[in-house]
Amino acid sequence: MSTAPTAEVVRREENYLNVSYGIRSWLLTTDHKRIALLYLASVTVFFFLGGVFAVLIRLNLFTPTGDLVSAATYNKLFTMHGVVMIFFFLIPSIPAVLGNFLIPLMIGAKDLAFPRLNLASWYLFNMGGLIVLYSILSGGIDTGWTFYTPFSSVYSNTHVVSTIFGIFIAGFSSILTGLNFIVTIHTMRAPGMTWFRLPLFVWTHYATSLIFVLGTPVIAITLALVAAERLFHLGIFNPALGGDPLLFQHLFWFYSHPAVYIMVLPAMGVTTELITTFARKKLFGYSFVAAASLAIAVIGFLVWGHHMFVAGQSAYAAMIFSLLSYLVAIPSAVKVFNWTATLYKGSVSWATPMLYGLGFIGLFVMGGLTGLFLAALGVDVHVHDTYFVVAHFHYIMVGGAVMGYLGGLHYWWPKISGRLYPEALARFAAIVLFIGFNLTFFPQFILGYLGMPRRYHAYPPEFQVLNVLSTAGASILAIGYLLPMAYFIWSMRYGPAAGPNPWPATGLEWLTPSPPPPHNFDETPTVTWEPYDFPNRPDLKYPSPVVAVRQLGPTPQEE
Amino acid sequence: MPEHIVSRKLYFLICGILLSLTLLTWGVALINLGRWNIVLALAIAFSKATLVALFFMHLRYSPRRTQLTLVAGLFWLGILLLLTMSDYLTR
Repeated sequence: MSTAPTAEVVRREENYLNVSYGIRSWLLTTDHKRIALLYLASVTVFFFLGGVFAVLIRLNLFTPTGDLVSAATYNKLFTMHGVVMIFFFLIPSIPAVLGNFLIPLMIGAKDLAFPRLNLASWYLFNMGGLIVLYSILSGGIDTGWTFYTPFSSVYSNTHVVSTIFGIFIAGFSSILTGLNFIVTIHTMRAPGMTWFRLPLFVWTHYATSLIFVLGTPVIAITLALVAAERLFHLGIFNPALGGDPLLFQHLFWFYSHPAVYIMVLPAMGVTTELITTFARKKLFGYSFVAAASLAIAVIGFLVWGHHMFVAGQSAYAAMIFSLLSYLVAIPSAVKVFNWTATLYKGSVSWATPMLYGLGFIGLFVMGGLTGLFLAALGVDVHVHDTYFVVAHFHYIMVGGAVMGYLGGLHYWWPKISGRLYPEALARFAAIVLFIGFNLTFFPQFILGYLGMPRRYHAYPPEFQVLNVLSTAGASILAIGYLLPMAYFIWSMRYGPAAGPNPWPATGLEWLTPSPPPPHNFDETPTVTWEPYDFPNRPDLKYPSPVVAVRQLGPTPQEE
Repeated sequence: MPEHIVSRKLYFLICGILLSLTLLTWGVALINLGRWNIVLALAIAFSKATLVALFFMHLRYSPRRTQLTLVAGLFWLGILLLLTMSDYLTR
């Protein structure tokens, strides 16, 4: 009987990474954790592609005369930066990577409800991405990521239809991911995992999934109509054919404003997890934060007209949209206040994920408050289409969504890879990112307020100092992005083993080994405790041996 | 969840109603009712879509949660139409 214990040991060490090898085992996998890593690879490629366009934009704006590229090329650069970053990085980043990996683990399920649809969504995403890549390589597109008509449907001589087609296909991957999450959260929760015991990360993904399912079809049809007008001269948006260009803006922003909440809601979910874990406190006002997520998703659908205040919309509609835009600030503020109240009298530690979490709160507040400036009709007339708007939405999308994404990657990296990253270097990178981000985008608030319009490849010389600052900040920001990529890859081979719960945190995902076994849990867990109940979880000793050793300096050797 | 079996008779009945509504759409299009033509055509189309969803797509026999999905979709379409029209009707 001497072989039995050995077999037992081998079985226990089996995890989703080593259960099978070879390219086929990855490309045909239906394991949500492997699909999350496939998405991670895809969105990272698109992030760096979009980043290259950003670098070229900032280099061109280094001098007032725009010496690097022509005006026409510049138009293509900011369009492709927007298309790639929004549709192929920001929208899928947290849901498709972290959401895919974590939702089944967090609710105590073995996988998502539709594992094959999950894989199909990754293939659709890449098909869409490849078509957009083809459009870029064959000459690009110059309409702006907003595809405003009639320029996009009549006048532009670039690859509008193929780009639209790529986005159209990628949209199906969003819908399938959203559908999968909704059904999974409704039907596959472990015994005892009631709605109000769900981690807030799951609540925000539920809200995000609603937007995916309810909003994405509208953008798909709208872009298809642009293609129909361009190819078949159907009069839908072109006034010369009896169409209405503002109709396009209504339909486009009906999805594209809520799309901002697709980006930021999951980041809010990540931040909630980070704040509670590293403050060692129960979340302040759990049900309010959960309800605020749903409120943001719903009210987010009522505010799109604030993109059209100076576009010819009626004054009456503009007033309604202005008022509704102010409303969405309420649930956002509820979240910020609740995070702050959670920190109050908490035992706060400054681990890398927490730096990102706190960074998120600060930058999101800046982005959100400047959003209120833009929701005010009078102020918007002044700063509309200026760099003020560019700075505002980068504070939300980069300062908010990307900070959340990176914070989440750091927090769950020990679970994903089973390894720890170098803590000191990671903190350094987080600080570099924060400084680089603010240096890049804060000057743009001032530029916009002073009147520098967006989307111009040259500008008056008095704006140069602020533009040089912004470009310098972008180069620091780039270093901040490259560092995590380097040490994450390094840690996969050389990082010390993480153990199941390195922080330690309360979620179900931390009960299973790191990396998790192929079916997540050996036995389906039964939940008998409230979420984030740190005071009543004496089993979660803090600081854990791993964190304590890391904070003292030398990292523990791999076992 | 047990699958609900719908009788063949009911399917043929719904099919018949759908075909007659198609004829009605065609007939209404021949009469000049001004802007009411489009209203009537859309109303008939909406009723036909409802019949298809209720009977051919089994929504009538589905759990409440599935029905709620359809209601949510219609509600969101309502938001789109209402707020867009708040612009068009007040220009």
